[in-house]
Amino acid sequence: MQPSRSKKQFAIRALVSALALTSFSVSASELDLAAEKGLEIATEADRRDFGFGDLSNNLTMTLRNKYGEESVRTMRTKTLEQEGDGDKSLVIFDNPRDVKGTAFLSFTHKVGSDDQWLYLPALKRVKRISSSNKSGPFMGSEFSYEDIASQEVEKYTYQYLRNETFDGRDHFVLELDPVDPKSGYSIQHIWIDTTEYRAWKTDFYDRKGDLMKTLTASDFNQYADKYWRAHKMMMINHQMGKSTELLYNDWVFSNGFSDRDFTKNSLSRAK
Amino acid sequence: MSSPQLQANWVGRYADWLIRYRWLVAIGALLLAFVAASGARFLGFNNDYRAFFSEANPQLQAYEKIQRTYTKNDNILFAVVAKDGNAFSSDALAAVEEMTEKSWLLPFALRVDSITNFQHTIAEEDDLLVQDLVENASGLDAATLASIKATAIADPTLKERLVNSDGSVTGINITFQLPQKSMTETPEAAAAAQALMEEIEAKYDVEIYATGIILLSNAFFEASQSDMSTLVPLMYLVIIVVVFLLVRSVSATFAALLVIVFSMAAGMGLAGFLGIKLTPPSASAPTIIMTLAVADSIHILVSLFAAMRRGLSKHAAIRESLQLNMGPVFLTSITTAIGFLSMNFSDAPPFHDLGNITAMGVMVAFFLSVTLLPALMAILPVKSRASESKIGRSMDVLGDFVIRRQRPILLSGVIVSLALLAMIPRNEINDDFVGYFDESVEFRTDSDYINENLSGIYQLIYSLESGSANGVSNPEFLAKLEHFTEWMETQPGVRHVNTIGDTFKRLNKNLHGDDPSYYKLPEGQELAAQYLLLYELSLPYGLDLNNQLNVAKSSTQIVVTLDNLKSQELKAVADAGSVWLEKNVGLTAYGVGPAIMFANIAERNMEGMLVGTLVALILISALIGIALRSVKLGVLSLIPNLLPAGLAFGLWGALVGEVNVAVTMVTGMALGIVVDDTVHFLSKYLRQRRAGENVEDGLRYAFSSVGVAIVVTSVILIAGFMVLAQSSFGMNSSMALLTAICILMALFADFLLLPILLMKLDAKAYDPAIPTIENKEQNYATQPL
Repeated sequence: MQPSRSKKQFAIRALVSALALTSFSVSASELDLAAEKGLEIATEADRRDFGFGDLSNNLTMTLRNKYGEESVRTMRTKTLEQEGDGDKSLVIFDNPRDVKGTAFLSFTHKVGSDDQWLYLPALKRVKRISSSNKSGPFMGSEFSYEDIASQEVEKYTYQYLRNETFDGRDHFVLELDPVDPKSGYSIQHIWIDTTEYRAWKTDFYDRKGDLMKTLTASDFNQYADKYWRAHKMMMINHQMGKSTELLYNDWVFSNGFSDRDFTKNSLSRAK
Repeated sequence: MSSPQLQANWVGRYADWLIRYRWLVAIGALLLAFVAASGARFLGFNNDYRAFFSEANPQLQAYEKIQRTYTKNDNILFAVVAKDGNAFSSDALAAVEEMTEKSWLLPFALRVDSITNFQHTIAEEDDLLVQDLVENASGLDAATLASIKATAIADPTLKERLVNSDGSVTGINITFQLPQKSMTETPEAAAAAQALMEEIEAKYDVEIYATGIILLSNAFFEASQSDMSTLVPLMYLVIIVVVFLLVRSVSATFAALLVIVFSMAAGMGLAGFLGIKLTPPSASAPTIIMTLAVADSIHILVSLFAAMRRGLSKHAAIRESLQLNMGPVFLTSITTAIGFLSMNFSDAPPFHDLGNITAMGVMVAFFLSVTLLPALMAILPVKSRASESKIGRSMDVLGDFVIRRQRPILLSGVIVSLALLAMIPRNEINDDFVGYFDESVEFRTDSDYINENLSGIYQLIYSLESGSANGVSNPEFLAKLEHFTEWMETQPGVRHVNTIGDTFKRLNKNLHGDDPSYYKLPEGQELAAQYLLLYELSLPYGLDLNNQLNVAKSSTQIVVTLDNLKSQELKAVADAGSVWLEKNVGLTAYGVGPAIMFANIAERNMEGMLVGTLVALILISALIGIALRSVKLGVLSLIPNLLPAGLAFGLWGALVGEVNVAVTMVTGMALGIVVDDTVHFLSKYLRQRRAGENVEDGLRYAFSSVGVAIVVTSVILIAGFMVLAQSSFGMNSSMALLTAICILMALFADFLLLPILLMKLDAKAYDPAIPTIENKEQNYATQPL
């Protein structure tokens, strides 16, 4: 595998991936090896994070544009791990005030569209959002739902690219190709450290293969001697010059959540 | 100033030196010209329409502010026309669907909106379905197609924007985010769009037209290139023909051509060193420099051949020609340069560039005309051909006629002048960026088609501030927005008003089980804010709300799409909008956008150019006064120099009636050019008067000595500007045509009006003691051609 590829090559790949593969003059077996190793690393990262059960935290989201204008949102999230399928999660919005009490429930699935419901306190109703879209901006931020929904191994195909060292850590660099044709990305590059399998950095490439966003994670803490969580995530949109910062607080594991806390009916009580 | 005799000696010594070192001078001058021309490697094209506006331009600043707040407005709009007239057949929709998908892949594309990816929201019990309006178009049945058509044609955000009222044409709007790091971005995006159009046209039974800001910028870029590649060769042809006809000598034509080509190349090269990037107006500089350079060469060559015909040797003829022409050619070059430099007072940077490049080119032309040209003539074999000119004799006739019939000439001159001057107000300023291009340009014809069949090209953008974060959900603010939208929709020329209010109404209906009675604004701030949150969560990649809302959701932009309005009408709508907002809902907002920037460009430039033209006028008149050593004649010369511009504008008003920003440059520039005729005429006239002749004899002498030269240079200049008038770009063609008319009018003014003015105001005998600067250096045209 080539250590680096130009954007143009990405574009070609996005257009006709079959042709592009041959143009890289890499033999099929080498590609298979890279795919195998990539999948192995992704599976290992997933395995290491498995078994946390449930968790909750508080989240402050700060949106900034190129000219320093800012906008802040706060919310709480609850997540329940599922065996054999994607996680269930609940987001309760606290700020801005006019959306206070709005609650968003989602069931991620390993295959197919996720299920999403929203409770609108002003309407006093739960609405199911039936849409295959998930690349739109989450709360107007630089994160899309796709970026923050639980990451399931099955949602991508993988290629191991190389190892890279920065900040004193060695990383695997993987290329992720989203399975969903509605994804906003052609590919992602992700840097996972080789000792703890934490994702430190992700580059997102848009549909035409140009670098669009970079996500940087920092302030990792370990919980229950096992699960690493970043307390700060910074997403920078290179094309628009905008950024969104996520600050997580009050991580609590093993809250004792059950499926009953993650139903359509539980939404209106969520507060 | 040195005494005339000394100056003549100085030029004589210079001529002797030049003839002796002719090879050195020729090679040295060529080398210098080469060095200057080598800067051309730094030249590039500026293909951003914003280049027409200075950074201080208030309309640009307002627009840039909005562009910073919301998604940028740089776009390409494709119109997909079904050949069978039904844009909602599965084939036509499949074409739109495929083109929409592929448009995401265009270089720098940020967002694509079409009827196929329009986010259709439907309520199904407590489910909110959000999906593309058209998916897998080729497999849709008739009933589905009919329902899609009904939805699209009825939707207030689509109709007159992305679909026309009878459903025969639909649009795909692509928003671009140019990094603005390289000048190749716009042509790259435009070329990719062109390729995509061809691909879809080949595959489906549709025709595709394209317009938009990106293509506007690209059309400016292409206009510069096509002007340079078609007009410059035409100019060569004109020069070769004119010079050869006048001097009938191959070697002289060759020498003149070298001077002209290197003046142009050096002017452009110096522009390259200065880091100037070409725009359509400055891309016309080569043609103008060539035109002006011909005049210099002609003056020198004509006197040279005249002297040779009188029997002088070639070297003596060169010496005499330089002695005769050094002063006048220098003076006329300086006045021309001043005229062009006055363009620096304009608000539009491309005109600064045009003025500066031309001024540099004109001074290079002067330099080469008194170095390279005589040196080459000294080197090359030259034969004189005895030929008598009939124009020469007709000049004497003209002189006599003017002197004898001064009263009727003056009377008819005054009547014609007044009649033409009265036509000036008929000129209406109109700068529309589509109309700048003539119908040979695809951008123009496509834009016209789209304007007629799909949606307007001109847009006004108002950014309304709610005053608080998330204030766009405030019901009071939304009500203001709705009032403004309703009012705006009734304004003349308004075709579509795009507002977030329509989205709120649609969501309110969807979330009340699609009950049409809920197609209205949500009642509470919370409800509206929660709708927005719901909607944002359900949008697909790239279709976020930042094209309507700012980051803090405190302000929203309203995009008003208009008919092809004239500048004045556009400004009227924009101003009426601001006034209405202030008066009725207490909001301050201005209609901005490229259309309004161009609508104001002429007025903005006029302010600067009034000063610029005045400065040029004062400087040029002062120079004439000093050169002629007569304040009286310096002041008198203003009349034949200013009147031509007035007459030209009057004639234009009578025949065309529409002017654009480029004509605000004409007065200063034409002044610098037409003043040459007056200088030549007055200097001859003065020479006789100071020798004790009366006014009539002074005039007869002026006619017979410089009449021919004035006619010849005017013809050359008119021919050159007529070449430029062939430009497909309206700023260049109307500026050139008006200048050509100015030069023609100046010819009339100098031959008819100036003599009569002199007879009326300068009849008193001169004190013979006053020295004159021109003893023999300015009678270069005493011999017939």
